[in-house]
Amino acid sequence: MKRIKTLTNKTLNSTVVKGGCGECQTSCQSACKTSCTVGNQSCENK
Amino acid sequence: MIHQYKNNGYNIVLDIASGSVHVVDDLVYDMIELYQDLPEEQIADAIVAKYDSTYSSEDIHEAYEDITALKESGQLFTEDVYKDVIIDFKKRKTVVKALCLHIAHDCNMACKYCFADEGSYNGKPRELMSAEVGKKALDFLVENSGNRVNLEVDFFGGEPLMNFEVIKEIVAYGRSIEKTAGKNFRFTLTTNGILLNDEVTEFCNKEISNVVLSLDGRKCVNDNMRPFVNGKGSYDVIVPKFQNFVAKRGDKSYYVRGTFTRNNLDFLEDFKAMVDLGFQEISLEPVVAGDDCDYSIREEDIEAICNQYDALAAYMIELTKKGKPVTFFHYMLDLNGGPCVYKRLSGCGSGTEYLAVTPTGDLYPCHQFVSYDEYKLGNVFDGIQKTEIIDEFKLCNVYAKDKCRDCFARFYCSGGCAANSFQFHGNILDAYDIGCKLQRKRVECAIMIKAALAEFEEGE
Repeated sequence: MKRIKTLTNKTLNSTVVKGGCGECQTSCQSACKTSCTVGNQSCENK
Repeated sequence: MIHQYKNNGYNIVLDIASGSVHVVDDLVYDMIELYQDLPEEQIADAIVAKYDSTYSSEDIHEAYEDITALKESGQLFTEDVYKDVIIDFKKRKTVVKALCLHIAHDCNMACKYCFADEGSYNGKPRELMSAEVGKKALDFLVENSGNRVNLEVDFFGGEPLMNFEVIKEIVAYGRSIEKTAGKNFRFTLTTNGILLNDEVTEFCNKEISNVVLSLDGRKCVNDNMRPFVNGKGSYDVIVPKFQNFVAKRGDKSYYVRGTFTRNNLDFLEDFKAMVDLGFQEISLEPVVAGDDCDYSIREEDIEAICNQYDALAAYMIELTKKGKPVTFFHYMLDLNGGPCVYKRLSGCGSGTEYLAVTPTGDLYPCHQFVSYDEYKLGNVFDGIQKTEIIDEFKLCNVYAKDKCRDCFARFYCSGGCAANSFQFHGNILDAYDIGCKLQRKRVECAIMIKAALAEFEEGE
């Protein structure tokens, strides 16, 4: 596709089946303490 | 739901439900806007009307086919089906996996914006946590963590290093029980740096997986908001300590974390000042305060802040291209290995998997709720008594919040901060509107950086 560059095609749908283990970092615990950002957490379900 | 925007010369299209991110040219950008409402012929007419003969009919048809292919492969115009998958949040079994230990309700500074009222949390007595309470908190965590292996414990305050001996005792206790319990403790610490010394540094580098160092940036900005109790600025005392600490940190994680207020809406200069000091892991947060505070962020400040976020993103791209990348906490985004949809729906976990413990062992939904007596859940000795509050937090998810349901950023911020919502609206199912606007801007910038760096790497 010469006019479209896809940065990620990993779909969230695929995580419905395999996700939810809960081992990832608690989002507020890491650096902010005053706001919630989840998109920058990494999945630990290897 | 599609969210499309232009930033720094990039046309970016987000397919919210699938999480797909596309960078497109002007033709595709305009056609995606029209795709769901018009047939191909009418879209072609609109393109010709706007661009004259810039694009041939073959170009337009090819672009249309590409958009259709993405739609058919679930990367454009996908439906949000998760609310049907995750039906009853209240019934879900939650476990506690993270504690914020208020190891010291006392502080050796007098920061003007402190939500913890210099450690007193809305008039509570100034006191330090005992080792007994801290150890009991770890026992509580192990007992209530189900089969979770990784357990997080943050030493928070006030100023935690005012109670360093107890921190050491609690960590040693954690290490002594974690193997037999089948757990892995990850300790973190937030400090203003005043009491940092070689012993603390050595201890942190061995035992503390992430250390948050509080600094607001330029000396004038830092000293205005972060003075000692006697009014003197803290910059000259803490900066050398932080530089020494970071130099010895090796590859272990740290953040130099600042707060900006309406007194420094040019906070990019503070970010640059931190970079110039040699710090590479940086977080800068907008202050959260009501209109009665002269330093609080107002609606009329949002445009200036968003412009700074744009400039900050451009500055970070420039540094990366020079081979000197730095991290800004809110621009970190893991597009390919990010969290699963369950995490993205249920947010920070306050009141369910994340709790705060006061010096006397009382449990609260998070460190920011410690100021509100009505949110006391129980204590580490007797466990949670007010399960109805836990149920209230269990329901806290993006579909339960009117403001989140149709927001493009809902799977990145996951519903925002419950404490901010409570502070501004009196309930946890609302959202702090200024915070939302800034969050959306940060998500846009973070994704733009990904687009710019992908292009840069291709050109290398």
